[in-house]
Amino acid sequence: MSEDYKDEYILDIIENQHYTTHTILSSLLTVQDDIGYLPKNSINVVAEFMDVSINDVWGVASFYLNFRFDPPGKFNLEICWGPSCHIGGASELQQTALKKLKLENQGDTDDGKFTLKFNTCLGACPQAPLISIDHKLYGKMNSKKFSKIMDELI
Amino acid sequence: MSYESLKNDSDKRWQELTNGNVPWIRVSDAMCCGSSLGSDEIIEVLKTYSKANNLSINIDTVGCHGLCYAGTIIDVLLPGNPRVFWGYITPDNVVKTVDSYITNNKIVKQNLLGSLGEESIKGVSNFTDLPGVKYQSRIALKNSGNIAFNDIYQYIANDGFSGLNKALNSMSSGDVINEVKNSGLRGRGGAAFPTGVKWSFMANSNGKKYILCNCEEGDPGAFNDKGILESDPFTLIEGMIIAGYATNSTNGYVFIRHGHEGPIVRTEQAIKQAYENGLLGENILGSGFSFDIEVSLTGDSYVAGEETALMESIEGKSSRPRSRPPFPAAYGVWGHPSTINNVKSLSYVAEIIRNGSEWFKSTGTESSSGTAIVCLSGDIANPGMYEVEMGLSIGDVIEKLGGGIPGGRKLKMLQTGGPLGGVLGSDSLKVKIDFDEMAKAGAILGSGGIIVVDDRTCAVDLTKSLVAFCQYESCGKCFPCRLGMTHLLEIVEKISRGEGKIEDLALMNKIGKNMQAGSLCGHGQLGYNPISSALKHFQKDFEECMNGNCPTGSCEKRNIVFPINTRPNAWQAKTGQVYQGKIKTGTGDE
Repeated sequence: MSEDYKDEYILDIIENQHYTTHTILSSLLTVQDDIGYLPKNSINVVAEFMDVSINDVWGVASFYLNFRFDPPGKFNLEICWGPSCHIGGASELQQTALKKLKLENQGDTDDGKFTLKFNTCLGACPQAPLISIDHKLYGKMNSKKFSKIMDELI
Repeated sequence: MSYESLKNDSDKRWQELTNGNVPWIRVSDAMCCGSSLGSDEIIEVLKTYSKANNLSINIDTVGCHGLCYAGTIIDVLLPGNPRVFWGYITPDNVVKTVDSYITNNKIVKQNLLGSLGEESIKGVSNFTDLPGVKYQSRIALKNSGNIAFNDIYQYIANDGFSGLNKALNSMSSGDVINEVKNSGLRGRGGAAFPTGVKWSFMANSNGKKYILCNCEEGDPGAFNDKGILESDPFTLIEGMIIAGYATNSTNGYVFIRHGHEGPIVRTEQAIKQAYENGLLGENILGSGFSFDIEVSLTGDSYVAGEETALMESIEGKSSRPRSRPPFPAAYGVWGHPSTINNVKSLSYVAEIIRNGSEWFKSTGTESSSGTAIVCLSGDIANPGMYEVEMGLSIGDVIEKLGGGIPGGRKLKMLQTGGPLGGVLGSDSLKVKIDFDEMAKAGAILGSGGIIVVDDRTCAVDLTKSLVAFCQYESCGKCFPCRLGMTHLLEIVEKISRGEGKIEDLALMNKIGKNMQAGSLCGHGQLGYNPISSALKHFQKDFEECMNGNCPTGSCEKRNIVFPINTRPNAWQAKTGQVYQGKIKTGTGDE
């Protein structure tokens, strides 16, 4: 997939990044925000831009859990399984999602339509249990409501 | 621009808003109460409504009132009338609710929360009589819900930046530190270290020095840092500039997790407005003091909230903790002296300087002055973000503010201060919200999150979820934490499946002790806390689960799917190849 994004394109994104302090992390976040994932050559481009070794960049990219290395699905579905959501019934939502998407754990569906992620805290605990679809939060979920949303998306 | 002229301009604008001829609608919108329930759509609906009916209405987005259960809350201020509040507003019922009040002065009774103003309206109760408002004493959140997050003039009209003006023009940096020391303000991030003392550690050197504001906040059950940044980012910015002045610092970073768009966007906007009005940058308010603030983002990593890991992350590296010494006050970000404060700690500073340390000390308890911002979630009738005076008992917070436990069920456990904070039993209701009292009871106030758990949940089940969280979020630097958490999770899971043995308890204790001794940061040191505190209060639950009789059945019913690691080994396995890049600098040949 890396052929899709030329080095020049990626360099252009990170040279014009929104952050005033340019670091490996800020450059990688910029690439992922723009492209949706980190294409292979972006590691090299960031290394060159920051004047560090590829291993330094790869170390950061592989450490943070939000970075991904292949294109995400069309819908980005996140289910919170933090303690607040857990006692609110998050595990039922997890099971529902896995069953509907025919997945065994978080990951991408084969048709590339969904990316399922289990998040440790989506940050709106009073509305637990929570899910987010394409970074928009939906609170006070239950499996019935959730099944309906899933059916509409599928 | 001088402070006086800013204040005059702002007062004029505030007068127009509050006493002009145009109705003012304030929609309460923060991540925890509004946006997860569709408040951005509400604003769109209101705008369309005012356009379609040719009505001139001021619509502002304001922060959180703390009553997350009643979200989304809106209020309407008609000229010469008190504010009228409604809760449970959705895009569907918003027009129906406000229309008859704006056009006919007739108040819709459905979802009405009350009115707020000098005079009351006949037949409408006072907003301040709601228990969730009545028992709050707001200092850090005093503007939250009242002013727009994106209008610095509304903040200045409500005494904003007067603390900064006072500090810059009539106090030396030593005076500011002493004032904060005297106030007894303690860090709200978890360690409860006196903020003024922390500032006084900053190396007395020239050159770059940093004030770092920590809003990583990955604790499940705590959302108050994000709440402050979304509701009133200016309070934090003012506090940071004062902290910068007190420690003679040059730069500030607000550190937020990537993806939390609300706090990020609103803080950036507030910083921009502060620059435009000469409150940041060179020569602030003509005092000769210069200070810069920017936002720094981290990726998904819970440990990034630890102070040295936070500095690594700002430098753009993996957020793994450094060993101390050297301490941040001597060697921090990029080797420059740095002070790290939590959002909440910094949000008190402006008010302390404005009103004096004695005023702040008069609230709260002897050892913990001021207020605590408590986040209630879990099995509770009225979850919310409540700022209460220190010294109130946990029972009062749950019963009076939280409205007790719904459905006639009984309180079983309280999980306080984030997943590492531990579990309290139902006998802890008398414990006061106070750093030392809570520590004595075997828990921490920490970031202020309280998850209320009723008798439907087994202690093993809750512990499993806490340990799974800690295991997943371990950064992996110290092996006692990396391996210990995994081992602990295996054992707890075994117990929840009914296959545990009584010897496992001793084994867990041994692992926990090793983690405490052999880890660099609190994540490993406190990693055994969830288990030890649960065992202290609920050993019976563990023993029953070992025998295959989960006391509530929740262990079996709630089957958590632990996420597999998304780190690169997963990627390699999927694509079937190992990433090999060429080495540009450093060790190898090209």
